[in-house]
Amino acid sequence: MIRIHNVRKSFQDLDVLKGISFAIEDSEIFGIIGQSGAGKSTLLRCINGLEAYDSGEIEVDGTVVSVKDKSKLKYLQKQMGMIFQGFNLLERLDVYDNVALPLKFWGISPKTPENRKKIQELLGLVGLEDKVHAKPRELSGGQKQRVAIARALVLDPRFLLCDEATSALDPEITKEILGLLQKINRELGITIVIVTHQMEVVKQVCDRVAFLSDGVVLAEGKPEDLFVKPDRPEIRSFLREESNLLPKEGVNIQLFFSGEGSDEPVVTHMARTLQRDFSICWAKLEDFRENVYGSLVINVRKEDRESVCAFLDEKKVAWEVIS
Amino acid sequence: MGIISTTGMTKIIFDSLGQTLYMVFWSTVFSVILGFIPAVIMTLTAPDGLHPIRWVYEVLSFIVNVFRSFPFIILLVILIPFTRLMVGKAIGTTASIVPLTISAIPFIARVFESSLRETDHGVIEAARSFGASNLQILLRVYVKESIPRMLNGIVLLVISLIGYSAMAGTVGGGGIGDIAIRYGYQQYKTDYLVVCSVILIIFVQIIQMIGNRMYKQLS
Repeated sequence: MIRIHNVRKSFQDLDVLKGISFAIEDSEIFGIIGQSGAGKSTLLRCINGLEAYDSGEIEVDGTVVSVKDKSKLKYLQKQMGMIFQGFNLLERLDVYDNVALPLKFWGISPKTPENRKKIQELLGLVGLEDKVHAKPRELSGGQKQRVAIARALVLDPRFLLCDEATSALDPEITKEILGLLQKINRELGITIVIVTHQMEVVKQVCDRVAFLSDGVVLAEGKPEDLFVKPDRPEIRSFLREESNLLPKEGVNIQLFFSGEGSDEPVVTHMARTLQRDFSICWAKLEDFRENVYGSLVINVRKEDRESVCAFLDEKKVAWEVIS
Repeated sequence: MGIISTTGMTKIIFDSLGQTLYMVFWSTVFSVILGFIPAVIMTLTAPDGLHPIRWVYEVLSFIVNVFRSFPFIILLVILIPFTRLMVGKAIGTTASIVPLTISAIPFIARVFESSLRETDHGVIEAARSFGASNLQILLRVYVKESIPRMLNGIVLLVISLIGYSAMAGTVGGGGIGDIAIRYGYQQYKTDYLVVCSVILIIFVQIIQMIGNRMYKQLS
């Protein structure tokens, strides 16, 4: 478990983290999302001890992360494998030696039969059995990230920290890498922390998520709770859902569908029951870890507002009037 | 007459080529070893290094710049007492290795420093994230990743040392460049000048070719 309590950090005069608190439970996939500059990468670097924080406390499995105690930090870092946006592989080492490198840092010989087997198994896990002796420059971006993932797992960590790990990859490859992370989470029980600015990443894999904006956690919880019906303007603007394209006449009502509700023909049912016409201005359907969530904005005449809202309440559809 | 002078010329040029190789080889070896040390210290203590210490970096950097700004011919003269101290004499092929090495150290130190500092920061960060010590990062990341770039630097060094070794002729160092000046220029023997020049051109070409091939293989 990673416990972050009131963590603050500033670079010179710039406050990057302004009292961050949340906890990451064991075996979950936790997302830290926000615009660039929100402080999410800095936070991740503080968790790993690559960066010192000014005040507050970060605890990993009960041990406080502190850059002052070098040997303790080293053992904590062994518990936390890390992957990066730029993959950060050594260009002159082949795939096998790149994966073996952390072992060498720990004085563990990668040449013993069991370690050879382990590295082979890791390369099997990430699907690169056939690239063992390739150099990074012969690999595609997705393959490089797979090597980095194998490297991050070679010390048997309890956590895998991902710093914008899919930001340099195209959508298809991103999906594959996320699938791999899910597999690692399920099969090895490793807790995964994902820092990203990509909504797709959070939607596809994160069990829980913290939304960071300007060094503050604005919201925390299940992604479907945070993003299907976003109430904070910062989150709305992050999702680019500022509704300036909606009609100025009449009343705009946003309807939210979640889980099973999304199959029911509520809208057409309403039109027939109330004998009212309305226009559909905006709609989206989203996948959150295989569950479908949708939202829809309809524009009704002012005088129909009450009957429409009453109908929606009766059908137990979440709604809100947006201006 | 023609045959005799040709064999004479062959011997003179052959001997001088040996001297050039001798001077360039040893001054390369010594300057690479001695230049590597300040390069590593500068890399570690640089503002973006693993262990930034501003004054150490600035002082070393200053010294390197000072030595680099001396024209070689002046260094050659200034260093005469030091050379005598090191090898017992100030004149001759062996003696000229001293000023060649001294002039090459700051050059190769700078080249190595920039090779090392070109190492991708992300890779160093990744190594740190796995709990690597500074020494491990230095050897297994900085040096390991920079070897092809450093090799390129050594090729540059060898080629410029060939040039400098010609000047070493003025302190009795001998060598191919010295022959070109003494026979070819001062005694108006154009054939010497031509042969020496051609040999130097071939020499530099071969070194560059070997360097390029090794760079490709190593990177």
